[in-house]
Amino acid sequence: MKKGTEINRGTRSYATKDNRFAIQTFSLSRKFGDLVAVNSIDLSIEEGELFSVLGPNGAGKTTTIKMLCCLLRPSSGTATIMGHDIQKDTIAVKKVIDVSPQETAIAEHLNAWENLSLMGGIYGLEKEEVKKRSEELLEMMGLTKRAKDKVRKYSGGMKRRLSIVMALVSDPQVLFLDEPTLGLDPQSRRSIWEHIAELKGKKTIVLTTHYLEEADALADRVAIIDEGKIVALGTPQELKDSISDIQVMVVKAKNLTIDVIEGLREKYPEVKEVEDGIEIKAKEFSFDEVVDYLRPRGVVIESTSRKQPTLDDVFLHLTRKELRE
Amino acid sequence: MRFMILAKRNFKEVWLDPLSIGLVIGLPVGLLLMFQPIGRLNPFFTPTILAPGIAVYAFTMLTFSSGMILARDRESALLSRLLTAPLRANDFISAYSLPYIPVAIIQIALVFGIGRLLGLEISGNAGLVFLVIFVMSIGYIGLGMILGSLLTSKQVPIVWTAVNLLTIFGGAWVPLEALGGAFQRAMKALPFAHAIDAARAVMVHGVGFSDIAVDFYWVLGYTLVFFALGTILFRRRMVE
Ligand SMILES: Nc1ncnc2c1ncn2[C@@H]1O[C@H](COP(=O)(O)OP(=O)(O)OP(=O)(O)O)[C@@H](O)[C@H]1O
Ligand SMILES: [Mg+2]
Repeated sequence: MKKGTEINRGTRSYATKDNRFAIQTFSLSRKFGDLVAVNSIDLSIEEGELFSVLGPNGAGKTTTIKMLCCLLRPSSGTATIMGHDIQKDTIAVKKVIDVSPQETAIAEHLNAWENLSLMGGIYGLEKEEVKKRSEELLEMMGLTKRAKDKVRKYSGGMKRRLSIVMALVSDPQVLFLDEPTLGLDPQSRRSIWEHIAELKGKKTIVLTTHYLEEADALADRVAIIDEGKIVALGTPQELKDSISDIQVMVVKAKNLTIDVIEGLREKYPEVKEVEDGIEIKAKEFSFDEVVDYLRPRGVVIESTSRKQPTLDDVFLHLTRKELRE
Repeated sequence: MRFMILAKRNFKEVWLDPLSIGLVIGLPVGLLLMFQPIGRLNPFFTPTILAPGIAVYAFTMLTFSSGMILARDRESALLSRLLTAPLRANDFISAYSLPYIPVAIIQIALVFGIGRLLGLEISGNAGLVFLVIFVMSIGYIGLGMILGSLLTSKQVPIVWTAVNLLTIFGGAWVPLEALGGAFQRAMKALPFAHAIDAARAVMVHGVGFSDIAVDFYWVLGYTLVFFALGTILFRRRMVE
């Protein structure tokens, strides 16, 4: 079992440098003007661990990854990758990492082969090795047939697929995947997932995603970040368990007024308007209490029911934000 | 030599842009042909006198094209991906400069080749002329690296206009003696007039290296400074 899986909400223990970890961050922070994009993040990721970073738009996921890849300078704090400091030892860091950026990053005038050889060559790989790996990667992404076409002529999804596998040519020790499956069709998404699952245990992988299923199925541990801070950290199961005591009540009703909903919000922290009614989330409440509140206010209740919390609920509960807009 | 693979990609980028390559190569040829009839009337406009100025003026296109490609790539996701690879600033600068060396050689060959057909004469050592002019062309590529590292692709053309004007008034079109005074001295501090004067001295008067040594080192020094500055600026842009 991994260590340090205790659910962590805001409280942080100051990490000390430890070579067991592939990635360690020490109060890593980044500001853009007045905006604090990443706010004092402390993480220790073990070698071979698949670590997923989850968070709404603008949470600071990409900013964190860019700092770990030496593209952005931390405003304060620092981090190490395989023991190398990201600010002092950039070349040593760059030798062991590779990144699939959130944005599609390919050379438009080259074909898929040439794009992959470009990456292989830059990392100093032998031609034969690059060729062998490229063949596998193109096959995996279903690009073999189009491999000799200029990538300028590819569809958006094809470009995306190529962009992802370009991070895999160099066979890095530490791999950063920034929303790798964004904009892919289900089949390509599944191939990527399968490939990531194969790499699991062999490489240290940091994966950002909006798909909870993705994190749930693949990750050893998940960090949920919001507004630059870690709001929860643990295995997927631990995260789900952490809100298992939370109940969700679905009320289908008519005549719900804004005043009534506001009134409910004062009693219960999470009241969400859904189609034909409302969803109330709380640690403890009784149906009678809710019904007794609604009836005298002219609300016509059609049905009430209880729902199992989903992973999306975990996220919503912690960040009070929808994961996908 | 990991940068070679990137240089190869950039080489394609340069040669697959027919408009820019057409301008880079077409400009000196056009100028030479345009001045040809005038040269018959005014001795200042003979191919022998004009060729060095035309060549150096044409090199401003190297600055423009190399600066634009670097600035544009710096704005692209591809370069930000390549910046996470174990390459250093000088690898990037090499990879973006190298593809322009054959372009510069083609420019020089065209100016002097066509000039020759139009009656250009070199009384001194042709190799010496090539050396000075060639080092100057590398300097202009270095200027492109400065512009491309420092500026956005929108700003490059604006600043490049200044490079262009400095070249025109630095001896490529306007004889410095005609300007005189402080302006002449200022222009003499730049390398452009030195390259042109040195090449002309060899072509017209047949002087040897020792006579143009100062000019040559002036040009070489600037070229090295341009590259050093380009590399430093690029390095500073590698991490934001
Ligand atoms: N170069 C920049 N200049 C100014 N602000 C920036 C810059 N890059 C990011 N930000 C801001 O930092 C915050 C975090 O952005 P970041 O890209 O890290 O979010 P994210 O979690 O990756 O979001 P998404 O899910 O949308 O990709 C945002 O508010 C964003 O506007
Ligand atoms: Mg992002």
